[in-house]
Amino acid sequence: MKNFLRIFLITSLVFGISVKSNSAEKIEYLTTDWSFKGLFGKFDRGALQRGYQVYTEVCSSCHSMKYLSYRNLAEKGGPEFSIAEAKAIAASFEVTDGPNDDGEMFTRPGKLSDKFVMPYDNVKAAQAANGGAYPPDMSVLVKARGGGVDYIYSLLQGYEDPPVGMSLDDGVYYNKYMYGNKIKMANQLSDGLVEYGDGTTASIEQMSKDVTTFLMWAAEPHLESRHQMGFKAIVYLIILTILVYFSMKKIWSRIETEV
Amino acid sequence: MSDHEYTPKSKFGKWFNDRLPLLTLASHLTDYPTPKNLNYWWTFGGILTFCLITQIVTGLVLAMHYIAHADMAFDSVEHIMRNVNYGWLIRYIHANGASMFFLAVYIHIFRSLFYGSYKSPREIIWIIGIIIYLLMMAAAFLGYVLPWGQMSFWGATVITNLFSAIPLVGEGIVTWLWGGYSVDNPTLTRFFTLHYLIPFLILGLVVLHIWALHVPGNNNPVGIDIKKPSKDTVPFHPYIVIKDGFALLMFMIVFAFFVFYTPNILGHADNYIEANPLVTPAHIVPEWYLLPFYAILRSVPDKLLGVVAMLSAILILAALPWLDTSKIRSAVFRPLYRQFYWILVADVLILGYVGAMPAEGLYLLVARVATAYYFLHFLVVLPILGYKEKTLPVPLSITEPVLGGSPNLALAKNKENFKD
Repeated sequence: MKNFLRIFLITSLVFGISVKSNSAEKIEYLTTDWSFKGLFGKFDRGALQRGYQVYTEVCSSCHSMKYLSYRNLAEKGGPEFSIAEAKAIAASFEVTDGPNDDGEMFTRPGKLSDKFVMPYDNVKAAQAANGGAYPPDMSVLVKARGGGVDYIYSLLQGYEDPPVGMSLDDGVYYNKYMYGNKIKMANQLSDGLVEYGDGTTASIEQMSKDVTTFLMWAAEPHLESRHQMGFKAIVYLIILTILVYFSMKKIWSRIETEV
Repeated sequence: MSDHEYTPKSKFGKWFNDRLPLLTLASHLTDYPTPKNLNYWWTFGGILTFCLITQIVTGLVLAMHYIAHADMAFDSVEHIMRNVNYGWLIRYIHANGASMFFLAVYIHIFRSLFYGSYKSPREIIWIIGIIIYLLMMAAAFLGYVLPWGQMSFWGATVITNLFSAIPLVGEGIVTWLWGGYSVDNPTLTRFFTLHYLIPFLILGLVVLHIWALHVPGNNNPVGIDIKKPSKDTVPFHPYIVIKDGFALLMFMIVFAFFVFYTPNILGHADNYIEANPLVTPAHIVPEWYLLPFYAILRSVPDKLLGVVAMLSAILILAALPWLDTSKIRSAVFRPLYRQFYWILVADVLILGYVGAMPAEGLYLLVARVATAYYFLHFLVVLPILGYKEKTLPVPLSITEPVLGGSPNLALAKNKENFKD
């Protein structure tokens, strides 16, 4: 067993170094009590539903979410809207479909199977409407940024007046968490911007937390089942390991050598 | 190996075995005499076999859903993550499996370095192992390109561009590798094909690796030959099977922790951004397991020489059985080598660290010193050490230290080192 500790220590050291070197972040991000972290981490349904509201009312006018479908909103482990609610949400969007038998494209109300409607037809159109900057697709945004949820959460609250002496071009804003501090997205959140159905006060902090939770789910829709399965798998492995350990001891007791 | 010929009991078994001696092979594998003093560092061979099979099985399933096309690869990976049943599980096992594979192979290699397993008569096993390691790096690199994220694309660009350092034909070779004038769809499709092919080459080489191992038998922590098989060895089954199984389960717990709780920590966030030939990431870094070689590559100011240094760093290992002049295999009896061994381990870790950092200032200086020392270790330290080092007395048989009945004082003092 002594050898194991040694193997374990060296292993964790090597991984520690490589993990640390992968995340060469210097800035301290804001954080909050994310419900989805930890061994049993789950999403807060309320936060996901509120986050979806913030996304639709604020972010979705510029940011697409091309990998999500409306059906996902009713799926287990997500915001878990009822099927009827998800259908109503889908139907509130106009989807271009076709071509029909006459060869024409047509619009119809959205269905559960439809992907989230994109705010722009293509990347060029998105750039043209946003001063040359492409508002990134938000489907996997949380995983595509070094700081993850803390980074997004901080960025949304990181708007400040630029330091004295720093001049910003038109359409460029100062954000203390943005890489290089210059961001082409204006501050979007202000207290009371959305009106939450469940009576939660829509402070900037609350909205940031909710929408970031929603983005985490969008990037990792199976996070809850992953955590649940992981716990079961590891408990199973530990029990099996203990059984095999004693079997091994028994088998090796036939000879004098220690194992 | 076994002194008696195996004869099947049933008539059909005998008939079959006379025509294809599979049962003889199975009997050889189960009876294979294994030194009984092997410690847990010896369990990584079995662990690596598990890793290879896991990668092949999960890879096959992923290939059923993945689309090797520049416009669709990224989307198809997200499709696997979201819509394929347990697709997220299979992909996370495959992606983290690569890291676990390298973790295990590095332990396996450094075990060999410590106990001198590469020395006569095991040179061929060692060289096959080096080829497997090279193929693993190729497979891992090619596989990392397939999700077609930013790091995939730019990693592929940087690595394929290394070939342009070859004089005269370099540029032509790069164009030929790319199938065009930049990394693009033809590059992706051929990388996918090769990524699919290489694991099966590795599988074949693993068979040769084990075959070559079964000729002289395992080395062991004491590093001396088996004197009396009946006293010094145990049959592979059940003794080693259960021990390897136990170690494998421990390994799987660590593996599962990464897959289920931090599946993305070993990857780079930029690879969740779809490949964009117009935007270069701020820092292009390879996966952690290639970082030491990346550091060596960047520590040489000249491109061609950098590539040569990087390749030599791996190929020099193939010459190790002849560079190490010491007759004693195990570091347990080589007090000086033991110290140099740990310096080498630290040196490689340092190279890995600076490989992840920008190649400038102090990092570059450290990378250069560490690179120089890496080569110094193999080219100067090892050959000289074999002549100069005063080794400790080696026991007469491996049973002696195991039973602790050694009359030799120096040995008794050293017992701690190989007891477990």
